[in-house]
Amino acid sequence: MSVIIYAESENGKIKKSAFELASYGYEIASEMNVPLIAVTFNQDEVESLGTYGIEKVIKFKGPSISNFTALQYAENIALIAKENEAKIIILSSSANAKYLAPKLSITLSAGYASNVIALPEKLQPLTVKRTCFTNKAFNFCSLSNEVNIVGLSNNSYEIKENPKSIEIIEKDSSSTETTLKVEKLEKSSGKVTIADADVVVSGGRGLKGPENWHLIEDLADTLGGATACSKPVSDMGWRPHSEHVGQTGKPVASNLYIAIGVSGAIQHLAGVNSSKVKVVINNDPEAPFFKAADYGIVGDAFEVIPKLTKKLKEFKSK
Amino acid sequence: MKILVCISNVPDTTSKINFVDENTLFDTNGVQFIINPNDEFGLTRAIWMKQQQSAEVTVVTVGDNSCESTLRKCLAIGADNAIRIDLKPTDGFQVAKQLARICQETIYDIIIAGRESIDYNGAMVPGMLAALLDYNFVTNCVALDVEGENAQASREIDGGIEIISCQLPLIIGAQKGLVEEKDLIIPNMRGIMQARQKPLKVIEPTEDEIKSSILKFEKPIPKGEVKLVPADDIDQLIDLLHNEANVI
Repeated sequence: MSVIIYAESENGKIKKSAFELASYGYEIASEMNVPLIAVTFNQDEVESLGTYGIEKVIKFKGPSISNFTALQYAENIALIAKENEAKIIILSSSANAKYLAPKLSITLSAGYASNVIALPEKLQPLTVKRTCFTNKAFNFCSLSNEVNIVGLSNNSYEIKENPKSIEIIEKDSSSTETTLKVEKLEKSSGKVTIADADVVVSGGRGLKGPENWHLIEDLADTLGGATACSKPVSDMGWRPHSEHVGQTGKPVASNLYIAIGVSGAIQHLAGVNSSKVKVVINNDPEAPFFKAADYGIVGDAFEVIPKLTKKLKEFKSK
Repeated sequence: MKILVCISNVPDTTSKINFVDENTLFDTNGVQFIINPNDEFGLTRAIWMKQQQSAEVTVVTVGDNSCESTLRKCLAIGADNAIRIDLKPTDGFQVAKQLARICQETIYDIIIAGRESIDYNGAMVPGMLAALLDYNFVTNCVALDVEGENAQASREIDGGIEIISCQLPLIIGAQKGLVEEKDLIIPNMRGIMQARQKPLKVIEPTEDEIKSSILKFEKPIPKGEVKLVPADDIDQLIDLLHNEANVI
């Protein structure tokens, strides 16, 4: 028996979410008294996983996995799960992890719960707390299957060190026949994504036009964060819809969410509910967002943002 | 070309979320139900393929008869016929299994489902359906072009776009971007009248297997009062974020 995590990496580095999964998985594996195994793809450096409780790493290599494909990655994870009689497989909430989870679930006849935000309430049967109604509520979900998959929400479990010496096994990826091919990958390099960001700075209609977005970008850069926007802003084409956060857009689960000129429609609030600390800057003291915020400034965005950016730069350089 | 669009009947995005029966059941009292927004983006794309490529569009839902007004709305928007599998679903796998059966009886070239429903947010039905049928699958789909037996689909990834080509049959997980909000079709009177005459077939569910069950719901703890900082005292905000909130 074992617990397995799919440890994602990017540009040769293991992602922070993988360390979250490892820390989370370590608690479960210790309780079950079984080894904690990580699966990686095209990743050379994996020793760092040992810091967070991983005992064994299976490194997949080969031409069939040079690009992420849900099918191929799921098949490989399923193979490792079968070989090691995995009881629980833990995935992140990245777009890729959510893409392969349903395939993995069918291949292993496993149950699957996405958006899980805490350690299991119970292991027999596996009972997890997850968000639903787009962060407006939670549910406790029980999974009574031989094998179960937990999709852990990003930034919901704190990284903990549990140093272990790790065993590393290299494996060649299998190659499943498919007509599905990744033709092109268009990725803005160097930019922090909303999914991975610790800080997200979001602008609404109060910014008055796309030409003012450098204010949001400067503030986000200062904080090493990602930029986002409200639904009207993406509907009007001021910003790409990939930046739209809310019920029909992206969820945000950052440590710090700064909303500027966003009134706070119920759908937007739902999307950002999982963020830990929310700061709202708006010139309308009646903006509903203030009711959902931790800190607020009633003031003109065009005056407050440059000042805030400047002061933060000074603070960071200290 | 035959297209199947899978529809989920969900509470309107402005709904207040409450629970009854000791927090084991969603309180539908006073709640308006709509087509799941991600499904509606997909349905609109399907209607375009009907208009431009003479596709036939079927909509399907797994649900009790309270879902029928949502299905009629899909017909009014332009779908040709509707299927309702008469089962109140409790689990994503169960829904995928029921849908798989429909797709084994009739071969659809393209199957569209929202990438996730806005009520249970499971994000598993389209992917499980694809795995059950062994069909190609692209989720978070923001563009789709079909020519003959081939499709090109774009998937939104964290921080970019991936362009994928494959052969049909294809299942996509639809979301905003596949069509824009302004492209959504508001049914006109003619559409609504026609929808009444269009076929809506109700079929019995088959074997009913589940892999998860919801024990109870919980609402978030209400937030404390916001701490307001004067606009001319940015230092105070930075101090609070650093020393109190520990986020910078």
